[in-house]
Amino acid sequence: MRLEPIAAPSWQRRLIPPAAAILATFVIAALLAQIAGGNPFSIFGLILSGALGSKFAILETLNRATPLIFTGLAVAVAFRAKLWNIGAEAQLYAGAVVTVVLGTGALALPAPLLLPLLALAAMVAGAGLLLGPALLKTRLGVDEVVTTLLFNFIFLLFVSYLLEGPLKDPMGMGWPKSPRLNPEARLPRVVDGLRLHWGFALALISAVAIWLINTRTTLGYEMRAVGQNAEAAQFAGIPVTKVILKTALLSGGLAGLAGYSEVAGLKGALTLDLSPGFGYTGIVVAMLALLHPIGVVFAALFVAAIFVGADSMSRAAGVPSYLADIMLASALLLMVLAILLSKFRLRRD
Amino acid sequence: MTTPSMAQRAANGPVLRLKEITKRFGPVTANEDVSFDLFPGEVIALLGENGAGKTTLMNILFGQYTADAGEVELFGATLPPGAPRAALDGGVGMVHQHFTLADNLTVWENITLGVEPLFQMRLNSSAARARIRSLSERFHLKVDPNAKVGRLTVGERQRVEILKALYRDARILILDEPTAVLTPQESDALFATLREAIGQGLSVIFISHKLHEVMAISDRVLVLRHGRLVAERRTAQTSRDELASLMVGADVKPARFAPNAAGPALLQLQGVSTPDNGAAPRLRNVTLDLAAGQITGLAGVSGNGQAALSDLISGLITTQSGQIRIHGREIGAWSPRKAVDAGIARIPEDRHKTGTIADFDLTENAILETYSTRFARRGWLDWRAARQFAKDLIATYDVRCPGPDTRIRLLSGGNMQKLILGRVLELAPDIILANQPVRGLDIGAVTYVHEQLAKARARGAAVLLISEDLDEIMQLSDVIHVISEGRLSPGFPRGSQQPEDLGAWMAGHGFDTMTAEGPHAP
Repeated sequence: MRLEPIAAPSWQRRLIPPAAAILATFVIAALLAQIAGGNPFSIFGLILSGALGSKFAILETLNRATPLIFTGLAVAVAFRAKLWNIGAEAQLYAGAVVTVVLGTGALALPAPLLLPLLALAAMVAGAGLLLGPALLKTRLGVDEVVTTLLFNFIFLLFVSYLLEGPLKDPMGMGWPKSPRLNPEARLPRVVDGLRLHWGFALALISAVAIWLINTRTTLGYEMRAVGQNAEAAQFAGIPVTKVILKTALLSGGLAGLAGYSEVAGLKGALTLDLSPGFGYTGIVVAMLALLHPIGVVFAALFVAAIFVGADSMSRAAGVPSYLADIMLASALLLMVLAILLSKFRLRRD
Repeated sequence: MTTPSMAQRAANGPVLRLKEITKRFGPVTANEDVSFDLFPGEVIALLGENGAGKTTLMNILFGQYTADAGEVELFGATLPPGAPRAALDGGVGMVHQHFTLADNLTVWENITLGVEPLFQMRLNSSAARARIRSLSERFHLKVDPNAKVGRLTVGERQRVEILKALYRDARILILDEPTAVLTPQESDALFATLREAIGQGLSVIFISHKLHEVMAISDRVLVLRHGRLVAERRTAQTSRDELASLMVGADVKPARFAPNAAGPALLQLQGVSTPDNGAAPRLRNVTLDLAAGQITGLAGVSGNGQAALSDLISGLITTQSGQIRIHGREIGAWSPRKAVDAGIARIPEDRHKTGTIADFDLTENAILETYSTRFARRGWLDWRAARQFAKDLIATYDVRCPGPDTRIRLLSGGNMQKLILGRVLELAPDIILANQPVRGLDIGAVTYVHEQLAKARARGAAVLLISEDLDEIMQLSDVIHVISEGRLSPGFPRGSQQPEDLGAWMAGHGFDTMTAEGPHAP
């Protein structure tokens, strides 16, 4: 058996393997559910109804998808330029910290001014956090995988310090938790009385904006050129270092928006469990989406639905919700295989 | 050359037989109805333009591709299609144009990799090394079995590839453009090896488009054109001229251009030295004028500072000392962008790595240097104009391809080079840097590139032609400089020097008698 490259894959060739990967994911999950003592069909039913079965469930899924769209975009933008940003988790927290610092009274402005300003500040914070590793990469050739990954741990400890010290809520009865945002700093809900906030809309707008940047602007062209062949890009006069730094700012900024949207839209305050690994799951989302910004939206919805659905399934059927993690992991691995199969043909000797 | 007589051959029968091979890639037919036999102790040359289907045919034989029709017979047995192992085990060894060696392993490890199981490989390493030593002596393939491949020169790596095939008891050697990467001396050594191999009964398929090599080494020549076998000649009964015209389908006249009056110097280097980066030689106190309406040829043995000069003019590196003037004005900050903006057309040495982005389509590659200046408004790209530009280039410069949306990796080298030429020449540049512009191209494409350079010269551009092919330099240049160890010789007007004189400069003679301020005639 060996792989033979396909010069120009047809659309079937590009669509069928990913679809088969999703299907195989469900088969694996069904087997595991069976082993765990549940009925696979009822478990999928429970996951489905838990994720999409009611207005409440759908809103919960959309809320869960929101930060994943942001971090998924952050990763997709960076990976396309071969900037391996594994630090979306830290950049998300940077955005959240800045939102809390400025939104708890430091800036006394009306909501229509304050909200965009906070979003901008969160982006700057996230971007700033990735700028360091990007500069280390362009100036000294330090591998950004290592720096961004390790920075996640450093930054989470820093947040922990903030929540025990300077940012600790005096009324929090000793919990490591920041004070609540002022009402003007909260993202309003899309419809009164429903739990969905405008962060979701902002995520969709960001996805479209990134798609436009990728396909229509010189920056998008430059980012792709640098990602595909930096040597040729350099020779042609594309300022490679500048493009890498711009990519880093954009990527970090998007991850920072995830933190902003979570704090200002959903939680209202900063805690250490603000993100259950949204930054890392963003990598899965981006890969499932084949780094396509619109694909990121759908991949994030898919991933969110599995998480939300598995939580509710676990309560109802007693099968551990870790099933969701396994499903995601197998979806990712199978998707990588599917990408391979959409570009190569398997030949039997 | 010792070759068995025809009678002997007929008695032995062919070792390899290709029968009516046809292969299509989508709408493109790469091979159509190709049949030939290879006899023991015979060297067949497979001759053809880029994209004529030579490499595809060999890939089918070697099992990398599966033919749509036809079959391959090896020592009388039909090979299962699409099985590289079968051809390998059957005694076919292929030395690809681009080597398939692991840099971090030693020579003997590379050679035994995949032949012996890993554990045995370690246990029998001394036996393996002894066998490699004896093979390398027998076939004049000098290389140290214990050296790391990453440290070897290109010529040595090729020897390792050949040893790899011999180690596997190959009876048939396929060499794909083996001399494209070699110095003349290395090529001669390779030919000695091949003669030794056929003397011992091996058969060789030699893929090339260098006619003098084909004439020197082969017994028979097969000419491929547009995927079809259009001619078969016994080497002794043909000539370079005939082969050249068979290859391109017309009589090729060497490009020769009438003298042209030199205009003002458009690009001037004065006492330029470049920083020492440890690897490639740097420029040392180089003074060079590129005059309008002239082709300035830079001759020299590869690796004597050509790369530094080319990188400098391309904007990739800056000077350590000395001045660069463009249109008489000294340049300030220097970068590839500045070079493009200054009107320098740059044809890079490596079209695959520096000239194009393989997975970009033709449109995206066509605007690589001008996307921000010609096809963008306030950061937004005008794809419609870009696509039209690519279409125009495809039409004007005869780029053979399915269309502007084709990924450039699917094009042959010649068509890729035509796109690069078009991309830079469309801007009507004053100064043209052509670094090895015809390396690896077929005669048709070579002629085309040379004509384009001549056209640019005729309209008053200053052309710097860097080439390791002295014939090319002497045929095209109005002025010839020789570069050796980063030093530049005086400019010799066309016809003033014999090849031997230039050869002496290439070998490093004459530089010491030049005056201190630079190579203006002593």
